[in-house]
Amino acid sequence: MEWEVVIGLEIHAQLATKSKIFSGASTEFGADANTQACAIDLGLPGVLPVFNEEALRMAVKFGLAIDAEIGKRSVFDRKNYFYPDLPKGYQTTQLHHPIVGKGYIDIELDNGETKRINVTRAHLEEDAGKSVHEGFGAMSGIDLNRAGTPLVEIVSEPEMRSAKEAAAYFRKMHSIVTYLGICDGDLSQGSMRCDCNVSLRPKGQAEFGTRTEIKNVNSFRNVERAIESEIQRQMDILEDGGRIIQETRLYDADKNETRGMRSKEVANDYRYFPCPDLLPVIIDDDYIDAVRATLPELPDAKRKRFVEVHGLSSVDAGVLSANRELAAYFETVAETVNDYKLAANWVQGDVSATLNRLEISIAELAVSAEQLGRILQLIKDNTLNNGGAKEVFNALAEGKGDGSVACIDSLVDSMGLKQVSDTGAIEAIVAEVLAANAKLVEGYLATPEDKRAKAIGPFIGLVRKAAKGVNPQVVMDVLQKKLNELG
Amino acid sequence: MALEQDQVLAIAELCRLQISDAEVAEYQKNLSNILDLVDQLAAVDTSDVAPMAHPLDAVQRLRADQVTETNQREHFQKIAPATENGHYLVPRVIE
Repeated sequence: MEWEVVIGLEIHAQLATKSKIFSGASTEFGADANTQACAIDLGLPGVLPVFNEEALRMAVKFGLAIDAEIGKRSVFDRKNYFYPDLPKGYQTTQLHHPIVGKGYIDIELDNGETKRINVTRAHLEEDAGKSVHEGFGAMSGIDLNRAGTPLVEIVSEPEMRSAKEAAAYFRKMHSIVTYLGICDGDLSQGSMRCDCNVSLRPKGQAEFGTRTEIKNVNSFRNVERAIESEIQRQMDILEDGGRIIQETRLYDADKNETRGMRSKEVANDYRYFPCPDLLPVIIDDDYIDAVRATLPELPDAKRKRFVEVHGLSSVDAGVLSANRELAAYFETVAETVNDYKLAANWVQGDVSATLNRLEISIAELAVSAEQLGRILQLIKDNTLNNGGAKEVFNALAEGKGDGSVACIDSLVDSMGLKQVSDTGAIEAIVAEVLAANAKLVEGYLATPEDKRAKAIGPFIGLVRKAAKGVNPQVVMDVLQKKLNELG
Repeated sequence: MALEQDQVLAIAELCRLQISDAEVAEYQKNLSNILDLVDQLAAVDTSDVAPMAHPLDAVQRLRADQVTETNQREHFQKIAPATENGHYLVPRVIE
């Protein structure tokens, strides 16, 4: 039977506030266990949570970025359940009146088409603490530093139809929240996590099949792999005439499989009710407009501008706009040299290769955007050829120079990379090379006209060996002229 | 509205409360009485009253995003039954 895959994602993004959503404890990552968990985070009796204005502003900013309805009156509710890393016995979240209502984002598919994925809602809530199961013998250790960290939970409609689409959606959300500066986007630290709801139905059937939920997937690659393996598992069961059990599953990246979490004997009953400690949050149009005024250019708009104004290909524009820092670097280079295409080739070529080789981020690259811009200027005015430019770039990447733009010109001098474009000087070198390689010249002259373009290659190599930094175009012109004079 | 015995046990489970058989009957009676009271309230016609999230006619005040708390771990952990390496210890939980 042909099956249709139905996927919906719930993404949790930690908001980049300094303090927690309801307390003045720090949210900084990596602190010693429980040193950033105050009386409110611990749920001690008699404490009163007070809402962080920055968490509100960031959530509204997100809502505006996905063109969503903003909840002018949002309400916090208590979701009650017992778990050791939730000391209050409830999570403060938003059930009926979330801060962000229906919105959407567009994802790019492999075939170049765009697909719109609707967002059902996004609400504010607090993160729980962390349980550590290793190193405490028969006990579990609880670290509550993360308890109370502000989150937005972004819930999509079940509109994705493949693991690839789901991964593209997760990537796009990552790109948006990092562009907005509301989340640091560091997946390795759990700043963004994703629950994947997956089900299959016979193609053409209107109603959904039974779904399972894969909890807490924390990388783009694992979203794709976890969903692929879950699709396969469900398909195997359904093809064998079996039934899918609605349950929560965990993805094991080492084994590339999902497994069921111990099923609960008593079904969850969260007994939501409005939080009596927190009043309704009311915002008005002035507030929303003020937040709207702080929206940066978002990845889709940037991509469109790169294509329409600067003539980049859609693929190049997509790569160069996806990451905020890379996009900023690229634009500075492009503006400095005043050539977007040349800058695009370099940033996607040598810059990306260097980042991969050194396993660093663009922020850690020793070559500043202004410096690369200067190198490209030197290519454009024929001071450097491409090979020379690469040498300067690599030298800078390895820590040469003093970080200034001015040091580039002195590096070009000291490394002897200045390109020789003077025709007279090159003619002299060519004459020497031809005189010293009579056999090669004979061979060339015996070559039919239509094959000569290729046969000229070895001469170019010899000339460039004899004199580093010669302008390849001038060499080609001189060689052709001289050789043709000979026959 | 009268609660069944099973419902009382389910509520106790959700609240992580251990109750004896004798207590079940007692809770059954008391909780049912509370629900009867709620039923009386539910009899009032509220069709044109907007549900409220809070009895106070006030809105939430906001706090500036500043770190105002200092580390008081030692102080808080004094009342914990067991701690180690800065962690609170609980019977092993693993899913």
